Amino acid sequence: MPTKVENWKDEVYGNEIRDHLMEFAEQGWESIPEDEQDAWFERFKWWGLYHQRSGQESYFMMRIGTPNGVIEPGQLEVIAEVADEYARGPAENPEFGDAYCDWTTRQSIQLHWIKLEDIPEIFDELESVGLGTQQACGDSWRNIVGCPVAGKDKHEHIDAWPVAEELHETFKGNDEYSNLPRKWKVAVTGCDQGCGQGDINDLAYEPATKEVDGEEKLGFNIRVGGGLSRKEPRFSRSIDVWVPPEQAADVGAGMSALFREYGDRDDRFNARIKFLVDEWGTEKMRSVLQEEFVDFELPTAGENMRESYTYNAGGDEHGDHVGVHEQPDGNYYVGLNVLVGRMGVDDVYELADLADEYGSGEVRLTQRQNVIVTDVDSDRIDEFLDEPLLENYEADPHPFMRGSIACTGTEFCSLSIVETKNRQVRYARWLKDNVAVPDGVEDFHIHLSGCTASCAQPQIADISLRGMKTRKDGEPVEALDIGLGGGLGENPHFADWVEMRVPADEVPGYIENLLATFEDERADGQTFREFIAEREEEELQDLAEAEETDYEDPYMHNTKMTWYPYVEDDDMQSSPAPTNGEGEPLQPADD
Amino acid sequence: MTTDVHQLDDGAWVSVNDSREVNVSNLWLLARSDFCGCELTDFLAEGFVDVSVDHPNIEARMAGRCIACGTEGVTDWLQVGRVIDPESGEFYAIDPESVHFPDKRRRLARPQK
Repeated sequence: MPTKVENWKDEVYGNEIRDHLMEFAEQGWESIPEDEQDAWFERFKWWGLYHQRSGQESYFMMRIGTPNGVIEPGQLEVIAEVADEYARGPAENPEFGDAYCDWTTRQSIQLHWIKLEDIPEIFDELESVGLGTQQACGDSWRNIVGCPVAGKDKHEHIDAWPVAEELHETFKGNDEYSNLPRKWKVAVTGCDQGCGQGDINDLAYEPATKEVDGEEKLGFNIRVGGGLSRKEPRFSRSIDVWVPPEQAADVGAGMSALFREYGDRDDRFNARIKFLVDEWGTEKMRSVLQEEFVDFELPTAGENMRESYTYNAGGDEHGDHVGVHEQPDGNYYVGLNVLVGRMGVDDVYELADLADEYGSGEVRLTQRQNVIVTDVDSDRIDEFLDEPLLENYEADPHPFMRGSIACTGTEFCSLSIVETKNRQVRYARWLKDNVAVPDGVEDFHIHLSGCTASCAQPQIADISLRGMKTRKDGEPVEALDIGLGGGLGENPHFADWVEMRVPADEVPGYIENLLATFEDERADGQTFREFIAEREEEELQDLAEAEETDYEDPYMHNTKMTWYPYVEDDDMQSSPAPTNGEGEPLQPADD
Repeated sequence: MTTDVHQLDDGAWVSVNDSREVNVSNLWLLARSDFCGCELTDFLAEGFVDVSVDHPNIEARMAGRCIACGTEGVTDWLQVGRVIDPESGEFYAIDPESVHFPDKRRRLARPQK
């Protein structure tokens, strides 16, 4: 039997949601009938709007999809203006202020505290410069991800940007593919270093050569069925198909149509295509694609470049694109570290100005929650690096700052178990001040995800942190499961979960002890990932103990039970929500 | 009016009569449960897997973990609240921190409007 969500989608879904959204916005929050809220919140996701968690009723998270993370000249200033004017909530975040942008692990942008009544104006502003929120969430083609410097990368074999752009143009707003059984995440990689993270996407285009009519051609091998969520992580699997760039969209259409027709609409937990690949196997996936969904002969897979993948491979890596790198045209791109991917709105304005002044005005987002200013003149690199903004968003960050990624967490998210971004900021600062960086380590990934949805991609980090709870002195406290040794590269590996339910204030002590053991016991030149990989489960559990240190964690209490974790009066009953279009409470808070 | 229940947002919520009522991340104390070997299972709800109505009770099966012993899995049916008067549809939540007794009965049908 189709799920309730499928029934709602049958009634209204896709492009047509917009008219309803605009009508509700015009009439205000209270115009959504209470008994229709679930249905409309589900549908609004298709237009990039996620209703925030309990205690924050009437406020939305808005996601703006920027394909391949490319923010074109002129767009970043508008993003800052929208955040400045519309993403100010009723309370301030102690680390980031009261208006900020989140750069996400899928090269998108998230704003919070958006009021329904403001959406028409926000859409007008975004769309005036070619930005949009369409399909940023919901059951359809999501934001296309890829190597963030596609077209500007010396390691590139195929410029993946036109391909990503074509996929974006073809499948955004396309009614044929607007109602899929579940989300559909696509990665396009053109370089030989694996920066597109195709291994963790539903559909991956990976660079490969193929002899066609006696001539070696560049194109893509196709992989299907990757994803990290719900304790069921899968790497995408080859279906033995190669496609030239000009047919990339045809194969994308075929694969997503196959998913549309055969994906599980009766059980949303079993709906992602990774489960269909489990069930069918890759041979059947290929044959059904060939027989039912494409009208040309699919070539078999070509010669891939996975052997040279260094992105998040644990060794000397091309890594996260942070730092100064030459482009093929002689200009440079400069990757700046954004701790946990959140940037205050004044800094976003400043970044837009600097991109205009020193580069082409283009800024790109990475899958590591960082930003890249492209097209910087070689003569002006030093001057750019001296800009005050780069004191906080460094081109040469400390390894613990550089590798820190965090999802949204209980600040806004219904699914999360624990507070994440502010905690990870505190972790990174404490580690920087107190823990010796092991010799040779320049980039150490610590990814904190508030729950099993894995938005911070914890399973592909050196140290994976996932939200949990435990009791300390009998009281429930926020805790984290700790995994070790995950990463991508030629032979990707999910982290092994080693320490479970560690109280959040004992995690920095654990990491300190772990890295001391690593430094003491590692073989010459051995990377952290190699060190973890050669040990059995029991050995891993004996590597280090969790312990309290002078690190202080202000978020040990059940942050989910607050209306907002950082305000003095955080009791759920004190929430001003829901509010009207002016942000005034619709019901007086209980005293 | 039939009481209408479903899970939402990847199992983050139990929705009752189209109102989000029970959220994940609470600790539930389970007694006489064979979920794990603990006398009282100190269960962290990470996601709602199934929801059902056994008038007047609203019940759910939850994915999660006993935070005392670490056993992971899905609970049997557990009462999460009640709708006493189907006409009004008003939902009365149960305090997760009280002691609960999971029920093995399985209900496959989900009442629809």
